[in-house]
Amino acid sequence: MTTRRLTPFIVGREALYYAVMLLLSGLFVLPFVWTVATSFKPDEEIFSPALDLIPDQVTIQHYIDAFTTVPFGRYFRNSLFLATVGVASNLFFGSLAGYAYARLRFKGKQSLFRLQLTSLMVPSVVTIIPTYVILRSFPLVGGNDIVGQGGTGFLNSYWAIFLPGAAGTFAVFLMRQFLLTLPSELGEAARIDGCSEFGIFWRIYLPLCRPALATLALFTFQASWNAFLWNLIVLTDPDKWTIQMGLQSFSFNNQTDYGPLMAASVAATLPMLILFIFAQRYFVQGISFTGTK
Amino acid sequence: MAVETHLSTTPTIMAEKKPKGSPFRYEALMGYLFVAPSIVLFLLFLLLPAVLALYLSFTHYDILTPIRWIGLDNYSRLLKDRLFFISLRNVATYVVMFVPLMIVLSLSLALLLNRKVPGARLFQICFYVPVITSPIAAATIWTMMLHKDYGLINRGLALFNINGPTWLFDPDYVMFAIVMVTLWQGVGSNVVLYLAGLQGIPTYLYEAAVLDGANRWQAFRYITVPSLQTTTFFVLTLSLVGSFQLFDQAYALTGSGIGNSTRTPVFHIWETGFNRLRMGYASSMAFVLFLVIFLVTLVNLRVNRSQVDELG
Repeated sequence: MTTRRLTPFIVGREALYYAVMLLLSGLFVLPFVWTVATSFKPDEEIFSPALDLIPDQVTIQHYIDAFTTVPFGRYFRNSLFLATVGVASNLFFGSLAGYAYARLRFKGKQSLFRLQLTSLMVPSVVTIIPTYVILRSFPLVGGNDIVGQGGTGFLNSYWAIFLPGAAGTFAVFLMRQFLLTLPSELGEAARIDGCSEFGIFWRIYLPLCRPALATLALFTFQASWNAFLWNLIVLTDPDKWTIQMGLQSFSFNNQTDYGPLMAASVAATLPMLILFIFAQRYFVQGISFTGTK
Repeated sequence: MAVETHLSTTPTIMAEKKPKGSPFRYEALMGYLFVAPSIVLFLLFLLLPAVLALYLSFTHYDILTPIRWIGLDNYSRLLKDRLFFISLRNVATYVVMFVPLMIVLSLSLALLLNRKVPGARLFQICFYVPVITSPIAAATIWTMMLHKDYGLINRGLALFNINGPTWLFDPDYVMFAIVMVTLWQGVGSNVVLYLAGLQGIPTYLYEAAVLDGANRWQAFRYITVPSLQTTTFFVLTLSLVGSFQLFDQAYALTGSGIGNSTRTPVFHIWETGFNRLRMGYASSMAFVLFLVIFLVTLVNLRVNRSQVDELG
């Protein structure tokens, strides 16, 4: 790049650019900064007319209050469990199916894949009620008989959350697209050497999929961690509630208790924020990948 | 291809035929086996529900008593359901504000970020952080931001001697508040999409335009905008489908709002189906909402296609 002469015009233009960008990005992060600040402020300061960002007195009382009035620790563990299981299952079954669609030859492959893909067009609001009915009348589980009557099926269990999304179309699609970019010669060579198809997938292709797997893991974790409506519908037992349900009910019952509310919001956002800080390039890559392919 | 194979020498034919025998059937078998888990779940939790959704909309079902076929009763009742129409009107108001603002805002921010300058990446991260926040946490944060006395928004407005409204408790302003919160949460990921789109435009197009004497606006209008056609279509479709199904933020911010001012169709479906256990009736609403979304996406597709044709 050639060095440009710094004329007053260029200096002014660049200064303006940075001023605008700082203002805009500041507006996007300000709610977080304010939230964190509020969560550490004593009540007098929260409701004081002064607009101080940094608290005069730092207190962790709001965190203690939030975690003692509501079992956030339990919700946290529940959400973490569901997210981990969901990620593991989507990584495995998604890449397994993605591999078959991308690299194996079998009859009806294209039509099967296209059928699965069109399902992405069905808005989730359409499937909410029928999926609930299906889970409720699943045969031989949750007190149900062979025709799915008598009990509550999978409702109020984690199966109701795990099963419908255990091998999501998005996972299959993302992994197929990525596997298509890998050379097919790798598999051919192993095939001649007598390696099983699963062996080729597991030992040769899967390790090469790390960037796509990372992206998929992050998106699946995010979707699971932030899920709300479906959990609200299928989980009635408060002991099984997830973090977002806990936060919502806490916020509903403590409308202007901003200190504990903000402490709870910070706690509920923290895992995603930490993941994002360490892996932000995978988020960005993933979005541009799904959007352009 | 076939002719060539016949002409070639025997050993090559042997070599080519070999993998077509039983190893190929093994490969196909493995193929079916590998897609089986995702296909079974797809059939059970997507295809079957989609079919069942239509069936349920013609029935009376309250979980406790068996499903009863009632023909078009749900739909004729729906025509007289005042709350459902209010919810449709509310979401229409929301979509009309949200979607255009989303496109303009995410494209503008992407244009600003599309420079190789230090710090651009950091700015992008700032725009993206709200995306990873859960809708419920975002709503909780914004109930504080929007408080009429202590909220940062009204305190900021007070600096300019503007007396801010009560936002979430004012039917005239509550939709603006929800648009603001959801834009804040949604812009970041579309900025990434637009940025990828912008970086895919070959620079020689702009160089040619400069040679032809085009100014910056013309370059933007006749090169950037048409080149981003696919991205815009993608962003538009996602935003439309998503915004018609508005629930989480509206629910957590206001419930159904003062005088049902933020009752959305998904809220109404949820309440009818799961609180009042009228699942058949709620299914008919879901189906109508699906048709609305489908028609709007279809129009979007048509408009986009005609624009492509226009550009030749």
